[in-house]
Amino acid sequence: MRSAIVQAADNQGVRPASSARTEFLAGVRETAPLIVGAIPFGIVYGTLAGTTGLSLMSIVAMSALVFAGSAQFIAVGLLLAAGMNWPLIVLITLVVNLRHIFYGAALAPHLRFLPLRWQIPLAFWLTDETFAVVSNRYNRTGDPLQLRWHYLGSAIFAYASWQILTVLGVTAGQLVPRVASWGLDFAMPVTFIALLIPHLKNSPMVASALVSGGVVLLAAPLPHKLDLLVATLAGAGAGIVVETLLTRKDG
Amino acid sequence: METLYLIAGMALVTFIARYLMFGVARYVAFPRRLVRTLRYMPPAVLTAIIVPAVLMPAGQAVSLSYSNAYLVGGLAAFCVGWLSRNIWLTLPLGLLAFWGWQWLVGI
Repeated sequence: MRSAIVQAADNQGVRPASSARTEFLAGVRETAPLIVGAIPFGIVYGTLAGTTGLSLMSIVAMSALVFAGSAQFIAVGLLLAAGMNWPLIVLITLVVNLRHIFYGAALAPHLRFLPLRWQIPLAFWLTDETFAVVSNRYNRTGDPLQLRWHYLGSAIFAYASWQILTVLGVTAGQLVPRVASWGLDFAMPVTFIALLIPHLKNSPMVASALVSGGVVLLAAPLPHKLDLLVATLAGAGAGIVVETLLTRKDG
Repeated sequence: METLYLIAGMALVTFIARYLMFGVARYVAFPRRLVRTLRYMPPAVLTAIIVPAVLMPAGQAVSLSYSNAYLVGGLAAFCVGWLSRNIWLTLPLGLLAFWGWQWLVGI
C-alpha cells in the first residue's frame, strides 16, 4: 500500500505537496478554535468531578488514560448519583464510546499502511473533534504519507488541552459559584455545529446530516447514546444512497 | 482500589473501541462501497449529537419555543458558520447569542 502510493506519486512526477511539519501545524491550527467550546466544558467537568470524592490525582489519571470527555462526564454523573459501582460505569463507558468504532472504521482505510507505533497512539487519541477535523482533511486532497502528521497535530493539541482543562476545572472551577447552572453545556453543541459546517459541501453530505438529525429525534427514547449509533448509520446510509442516485443520473 | 478498577476499565474499553477497526483494517481490506459509505459518517454523527442538544435541552421533550436559548443559539451559530466559514467567529458568536438570548428571555 505504502510503496504503491510512493510509486504512483513518482510515476506522476509529483513531489509530496505538504511536509510533515506543515501538516502537523495544520492539524493544530484546525483544532485550536475548538478550545473556545472546550474551556467551559472542561471547567464544568472538573468542577463536577471535584465533588465526587475522587482525589485530584485520580481525576487527572482518568483524563490522561481514558481521554474521553463525554464518557468521563457520564461517569462522574453516575458516581454522584449511584456511588462507586465501577462495573456499571465501565459498561456504560463502553456503550457511550461505541461510536469510536465507526470513527476508526472511517479513518482506517487512510491509516492501514501505518506501522503499529503510529496506529496505537493515533487510536488512543481518537476523539469526536479530531475525527471531524482529520476526516475533513482526508476528504480534501493531500499527500497520504504526510496526513498522519495532521492527525498527530490535532490529537496532541486536543490531548494537552483536555489535561490542562481538567486540572483547571478541579482547582479553579470550585471558586466560581454555581458554575454548572450557567448553561455552559451549550459549549458542546456549538463546537459540533462549527465542526459540521465544513462537511456540508455536497448533496450526499447534506442528506446524511438531515436524515441523521431526523432519525435521532425518533430514536431519542433509546438509552446511553444508542440513538446516536442508529442515527449515524441511517445518515451514512442516506449519504451513499443519494451519491448512487446522483451518479446514475449523471451516467 | 475500586478507583483503580474504574479508571483501568474505562481506559481499556475506550481504547478497544478506538483501536478495533484500525486493527481489523491491517488484515482485511474494506469493500469499496463500505469505504464510500463511511465517508458520510462525519456529518451524520455530528448532527446526531447536535440535534438533541439544541432541540431537547431538558432531555425529554422537543422544545421548538422561542424561549429555548439552545435552539436560538444553535441557529445563530449555524448561520454565522455557514456565511463566514470561520470557526473563530462561529464559536464565540454562537456562545454570545446563547447567553444573550438566555438573558433576554429570563427577564
